[in-house]
Amino acid sequence: MDSPAPYFHWGFILFSVPNLVVTGLMLAFFGVALIAPFPTRHGTKSKKQNQ
Amino acid sequence: MSRAQPEEPTGGGWTGTIRNQIAGRLPLEELLPTRQPDYVRSWVYLFGAITIAALIWVMASGVVLAFFGPQWWHRSSIGRFFNSLHFWGVQVFFVFLVLHLWTQFWAAGWRDGRGPTWVIGVVAFLTSIVAAFTGYVSQQNFDAQWIAVNAKDAINATGLGAIFNPLNFGQAYGIHIMLLPVVVVLLVAIHIALVRMKGVVRPIGAPAPGVSGAATDDTEASA
Repeated sequence: MDSPAPYFHWGFILFSVPNLVVTGLMLAFFGVALIAPFPTRHGTKSKKQNQ
Repeated sequence: MSRAQPEEPTGGGWTGTIRNQIAGRLPLEELLPTRQPDYVRSWVYLFGAITIAALIWVMASGVVLAFFGPQWWHRSSIGRFFNSLHFWGVQVFFVFLVLHLWTQFWAAGWRDGRGPTWVIGVVAFLTSIVAAFTGYVSQQNFDAQWIAVNAKDAINATGLGAIFNPLNFGQAYGIHIMLLPVVVVLLVAIHIALVRMKGVVRPIGAPAPGVSGAATDDTEASA
């Protein structure tokens, strides 16, 4: 904890690994939230929604 | 003796005008809806709600920290616990705020008259960054000193060095706990009121509610 964080350095891109991990997790979370089914009141989608 | 029925608002006086304006633009059924359009059934619509929950968490823990002071939050175990609650609450706040921002950006959330909602959300985001910065320099530790010393040059470069000194704990702390929380909460309240007035934006390409083929398992959309 007392040592500097390692950095990812590629050309002009300079990213600390902790920031890279958080950003990656946020992107993954966003992707999952987009595609994961949302539970409905009765556990199934309504007929109207499926039409 | 029967109780007199309240009269219909006539709009007389400035109080009546304001009341009628609020009641007309934001009736209670819009402010606290019980149903939402079908397209709101997605996890991405929870990002904003989680951001608000984190803001409440940050405010509550911040009140406790302000009451007991820096010695308490650095030296006692319960103080360090509340310090951590405040810090990690801020991390959750910003993570979900940015996820909410991504959602609204890719959904073009400013459509159909929602420009003010988008702009006030952006201003709330920027104000939150300043609030977080003043919080970092108010920690009363070496981390705060390091950030403040580095920030001093940056603030001077903007020309604001004469009125804001990040090395001045009293100034940064006062702004952090008095001014910015009020501004952020006010902006968020206006943002939420606008969302409730205009409703959640339709997905791009989706037909308007009530139009044939639209998802209609809902009450009328607020848009």
